[in-house]
Amino acid sequence: MTIGSLIDTPSELTDATSSKSAIVLMTRIRLARNLAGQPFPGWAKAAQREKILETCRTAVAATGAMKKGLAIGVAELGELERKILVERHLISRELSGSKQGSGVVISKDQAFSVMINEEDHLRIQMLRSGFQLKKAWQQINDLDSTLEETLDFAFSPELGYLTACPTNLGTGMRASAMMHLPALVIASQMEKVVRAVNQLGMVVRGLFGEGSDASGSIFQISNQTTLGESEEEILKRLAGVLQSIIEHELNARARLLEADAPKLFDKIGRAYGILQNGHVLSSNEAMNLLSLIRLGVDLSVFSDEKRAIIDRLFIEAQPGHLQHAQKGEFEAGQRDLLRAERLRSEFANFARPDFTLSGRGNN
Amino acid sequence: MANPLKCDLCSKPATVHLTQILDNKVHKVDLCEECAQEKGVTDPSGFSLADLLLKASLNPEAGGVRCEQCGFTPADFKKQGRFGCPACYGAFKGILDPMLDSMHKGTTHAGKVPARALERKNLYDRLTKLEFDLSEAIKAERYEEAARCRDEINQVRQAVDQKPSR
Repeated sequence: MTIGSLIDTPSELTDATSSKSAIVLMTRIRLARNLAGQPFPGWAKAAQREKILETCRTAVAATGAMKKGLAIGVAELGELERKILVERHLISRELSGSKQGSGVVISKDQAFSVMINEEDHLRIQMLRSGFQLKKAWQQINDLDSTLEETLDFAFSPELGYLTACPTNLGTGMRASAMMHLPALVIASQMEKVVRAVNQLGMVVRGLFGEGSDASGSIFQISNQTTLGESEEEILKRLAGVLQSIIEHELNARARLLEADAPKLFDKIGRAYGILQNGHVLSSNEAMNLLSLIRLGVDLSVFSDEKRAIIDRLFIEAQPGHLQHAQKGEFEAGQRDLLRAERLRSEFANFARPDFTLSGRGNN
Repeated sequence: MANPLKCDLCSKPATVHLTQILDNKVHKVDLCEECAQEKGVTDPSGFSLADLLLKASLNPEAGGVRCEQCGFTPADFKKQGRFGCPACYGAFKGILDPMLDSMHKGTTHAGKVPARALERKNLYDRLTKLEFDLSEAIKAERYEEAARCRDEINQVRQAVDQKPSR
């Protein structure tokens, strides 16, 4: 598979048929692994990095999960290609900015990606749409065990998998869910949620991880600690926290409807109007408008099958994807015009909101 | 104030005092305004007290400890926030151990073990030892022992071959 054909193939996240989930958009698990006896990527010399890259790339590409996938060095990727892979969550910002001696292997269905020489020698990642922690763990665990047959991982019985940063020690596992929480944002309750979630040993971040903002009311919730608990225990704890956030979001929606339905409908109706008729839309504004339409779908203001279209547009409204679709380099200002044009055409035939239905299908 | 608190990161007077409760444990830091700004303390979502505490606790002059495997020092850690190689965990055990307790849920690994890789390593370690024993036995002309070593080596080699290598 080439990078070109990968980009032209929609990932599970951009696939219109698979997006059924309401509040949890996607589940992701990543495992940090390092080769025994080798310096970590940040400390390794250029020649060592190249050798580690080669060893890992060969081992990863040979697994069944990566059959007919893409194995490529970061240096071989163009700037736009990197941007698109970041927007699809297949590589991290850190990897996309790295120089010589790092790479990535991505499975044909874009569910698995293994970053090589990011912070650790291997960052094995599994992405699934919806709330699927268990299934994601099974699959990534299998891939990890397969890699173990050919690679010797740095491991200590006491400290578990040894990682470049001690915050990842032990299981080396970070499990996260991408959640759409518009009502908690509108009701200004996110700060409270973040604090409560922190106290439970979980972290809340924006759409693109550390330091990114939560545009489109999309948040990533993940485990903070990795040592002292088994993978299953961590996942169980995380699932419990996610479940309670889902309940809080649903309660917040019910309260918003009860307290001031016209105000909420006004937001959704205006979002529809701007998406259908706007001419200048920044990525951030587009995300926030799409988020309101998605909330409208959840409240049965729009029909259910529209949710998949919104989830696709969440990704396609990002700068990299937009540039790719328009085949050219654009300034940010020009991109905002193109984005609005794109969304106008998507929403030209988007059925009008029906506010009489609301409340019936509140998931 | 007779004895103002000093910043945990530099030695300026601390004006920002932060308490974070994580897993029912209380963590406190005192910072000067500059360090607080720089570390993003004011942004509750993007800030991890554990990371900060870890860096603050590492004294760069800590007795000239150095990882023999890769040459890494605590000063390097303070700069990078990451270790040099897997062996650093052994070299800096004394500095790291107290931090792990506040950073994680526990201090002992309770998760997956790379069973196949460990098994493979055990076999190779045994092979190395047996080969050493064999050459020693031959040198000392203890032929009975040498024969026993040789038989065992053959057994272990067979076990290694049976492991699917790919």
